[in-house]
Amino acid sequence: MRTVIAFAIVAVPVPALAQHEGHGQPEGEKPVDHSAMDHSQMDHGAVAATSGGPVLQGLKLDIPKPPEAPPPAAAGSGPPRAADAIWGAEAMRESREALARENGGMTLFWVQGDRLELRSREGHDGFLWDIQGWYGGDIDKLWVKTEGEGEVNGPLEDAEVQALWSHAIGPWFDLQAGVRQDLTGPERTHAVIGVQGLAPYLFEVDAAAFVSNKGDITARIEAELDQRITQSLILQPRMELGLSAQDIPELGVGAGIDHFEAGLRLRYEFAPEFAPYVGIEQEWKLGDSANFARLEGEDPSVTSVVVGVRFWF
Amino acid sequence: MQVSINTTRRSLIKSAVAIGGLAAMPAWARGVSHGPIRQGFDEVSGRVIDLAVGEGPIAVAGRRGHAFAVNGSIPGPLVRLKEGEPVTLRVANRLAEDTSIHWHGLLVPFQFDGVPGVSFPGIKPGETFVYEMPALRQAGTYWWHSHSGLQEQAGHYGPLIVDPAGPDPVEADRDYVLMLSEFTPLHPHTIMAKLKKGEEYFNRQKTSWTDEYPLSGADRRMWAGMRMMPTDIADVTGSTYTYLANGHAPSDGLEYLFKPGERVRLRVINGSAMSFFNVRIPGVRMTVVQADGKNVRPVEVDEFQIGTAETYDIVVEPTGEAHTIVAEAMDRSGMAVATLASRPGARAPVPPLRDPVLLTMKDMGHGSMDHSGMDHAAMGHDMPMGEMDHGAMNMRDTSTLPADVKVGPGLDMVSAEPIDRMGDPGLGLDKIGHKVLTYNDLSALEPNDDSRSPSRSMEIHLTGNMERYMWSFDGKKFNAVADQPIRFAFNERVRVKLVNDTMMAHPIHLHGHFFELVNGADRMHQPQKHTVIVQPGGSATFDLTADEVGDWAFHCHLLYHMHAGMFQVVTVASPEGVA
Ligand SMILES: [Cu+2]
Repeated sequence: MRTVIAFAIVAVPVPALAQHEGHGQPEGEKPVDHSAMDHSQMDHGAVAATSGGPVLQGLKLDIPKPPEAPPPAAAGSGPPRAADAIWGAEAMRESREALARENGGMTLFWVQGDRLELRSREGHDGFLWDIQGWYGGDIDKLWVKTEGEGEVNGPLEDAEVQALWSHAIGPWFDLQAGVRQDLTGPERTHAVIGVQGLAPYLFEVDAAAFVSNKGDITARIEAELDQRITQSLILQPRMELGLSAQDIPELGVGAGIDHFEAGLRLRYEFAPEFAPYVGIEQEWKLGDSANFARLEGEDPSVTSVVVGVRFWF
Repeated sequence: MQVSINTTRRSLIKSAVAIGGLAAMPAWARGVSHGPIRQGFDEVSGRVIDLAVGEGPIAVAGRRGHAFAVNGSIPGPLVRLKEGEPVTLRVANRLAEDTSIHWHGLLVPFQFDGVPGVSFPGIKPGETFVYEMPALRQAGTYWWHSHSGLQEQAGHYGPLIVDPAGPDPVEADRDYVLMLSEFTPLHPHTIMAKLKKGEEYFNRQKTSWTDEYPLSGADRRMWAGMRMMPTDIADVTGSTYTYLANGHAPSDGLEYLFKPGERVRLRVINGSAMSFFNVRIPGVRMTVVQADGKNVRPVEVDEFQIGTAETYDIVVEPTGEAHTIVAEAMDRSGMAVATLASRPGARAPVPPLRDPVLLTMKDMGHGSMDHSGMDHAAMGHDMPMGEMDHGAMNMRDTSTLPADVKVGPGLDMVSAEPIDRMGDPGLGLDKIGHKVLTYNDLSALEPNDDSRSPSRSMEIHLTGNMERYMWSFDGKKFNAVADQPIRFAFNERVRVKLVNDTMMAHPIHLHGHFFELVNGADRMHQPQKHTVIVQPGGSATFDLTADEVGDWAFHCHLLYHMHAGMFQVVTVASPEGVA
């Protein structure tokens, strides 16, 4: 017996022609859909040519679309949970809660060291960290950020930590609010409000405004972009802009654009979670900030060669 | 080298029907021994079948991992049942955590469907759960798997065949199972966490300065402008997966023996957690005779794409000395391989992986854009992008959404013009140059049992956010709607349209039912399926007769999509109550 299938229903070409009429309105909705028709007719032809079989699909039936309606009353007549009637509500409770928790309700913990680097600038060796992490679900998270820098074998120049509540406000952005504590210099506590997320063209953006306990208003905008050279080699331009509403001489901050940084880092991802990099970073202090820097005997324009590692887990 | 089991011979391990005490039971049945896990599977059959879920170390192609296995093997045993007969399946849990078995595609009383939290409480460690199945109402190729946590990824799955009560309309000299799946040494929870935290973590085919994709600079800017990736074909890829055929890596050399001229039936089951496969046997035409366990009018093809959880039975008549069966992952990051061999050790060349696939305008929900160019070539990269006004292309126009779709952070895209895509062969197969199966090629062999027109229709949107790895129906993750199931009245006939507002293909599975694809076949021969792929940016439509009482899981069968929230409960209310 060499028949693949002993099928009772053989070619029924007539309905195919019947169906053909009016098939420009599949399900009676979208306007004429040439692409779908083209595909189906191609397939139709191909099948007919190759198998010679009775396949006649690709043409939508001319059935008027039934009304979209809520379920009939009878659909609500049963017990709210069918399994309770068999196994008992108490026996089902734990697995039912677990199912809801697992399928969509999970919480995670994430830490990323975006920049952990040594910086060499005109004979002075410094270091910098920029680490953030969160704990939470898809929408709400507790977000912690810390960054700072200093000189190797020297004092910390800047250090701060932020604790933020983060709430998803769209597909790509989170609104973040909380407090920032400065750990160096004249101690300051700030209220923070900001947004963080992925902008069009895949820029990672983090923008925040700060109001200190002295009433000073400042802001910071950071943006990074990953340019993939190969699957593992990535060039990352980065920029940071510091703004201030007023001069804050004790912090060396001037009104307007306080500072601007532009960096370029080339990293190699041994694994997506672990990527050492080398790069260059240029910082300019502007306006009154530049003056404050000069008074301190510092150069308002500093170029650093950096080497570091980016990691997450 | 491994020689596969010829499933027509039932000389292999059968279930311990008579319980002869512990001593009489094989090691796996006693459990806890935790020896190394075997690749490949035995067969169990009879009126009473014992299965034991255990765990242990496994090594696949030189890589080691920890796995969950049933009866000591991955895949677990082929469960061979008979139409018209009842069966008792006793499942012993030798794990330190809850487990379950769902009988994928079987029509059973809902309390034995095996979904913890929906149909039963689950199986506690040390407990044996007894599934009492009344006389089976179907025949065909199915499978089974855990519905607890992410155990399926760790090896807890196996094939299932129901032999027909009467003669089988498919005649074949050989009858083999080809179960496709994946192995990874990573813990499934690690994979889930990577997907949530590291966008496109497993993709090693991303666009870069040095890639060879046919994308212009304008194309690349367009994709970047949308914050989306044209290479986003598979979430988990060959960068961690070894693709398996009956538990065997390509290097293991799985063989199916035949004599030239024989008719070989291959029951292809996609038992993977996350992978679609493109299946072909270079040089051999395949006749598709069954889809999701239901016989279809035979269709001759050169290739077919099988979504996660689907099954296709094919018949081939090989003539050469050997033919390679290639199951290439949809993103082309790896393949599972087996050989049709006329003698042990015979081999045919293994074709290289084809070029990686790119998403197109159609996959972004702009289905009608390609009528300007009249064919697929007009989509995406072949189109002169400079002429297209990308600024005007709104990827997230929520005004077109029905009111019950929740618009929020969990929804990053809305298909502007979601066309019916059941005539599509699947991502990457539209210009392949030979005949690839589409849903529109399928029609039922036997007439369907319900000739009524649907009395209402409903639309369900498949929604997601790639960046946050959130997946849902109608913008609502399961944890938000666990108390608001989708309701049907008993015996109600409903036309359900699934609209995919994401750029990924989702295999959507409804438990306890078969639905009929509205694919242009005459109404009495619309093919019945339990799982339907909804292509990215497009739609798929089925007619459902809600004639199985109880609560049923309804979900994307991509394991991590389900786990991220693309899951719902379908309630079919009984006129008399459930008991
Ligand atoms: Cu999915």
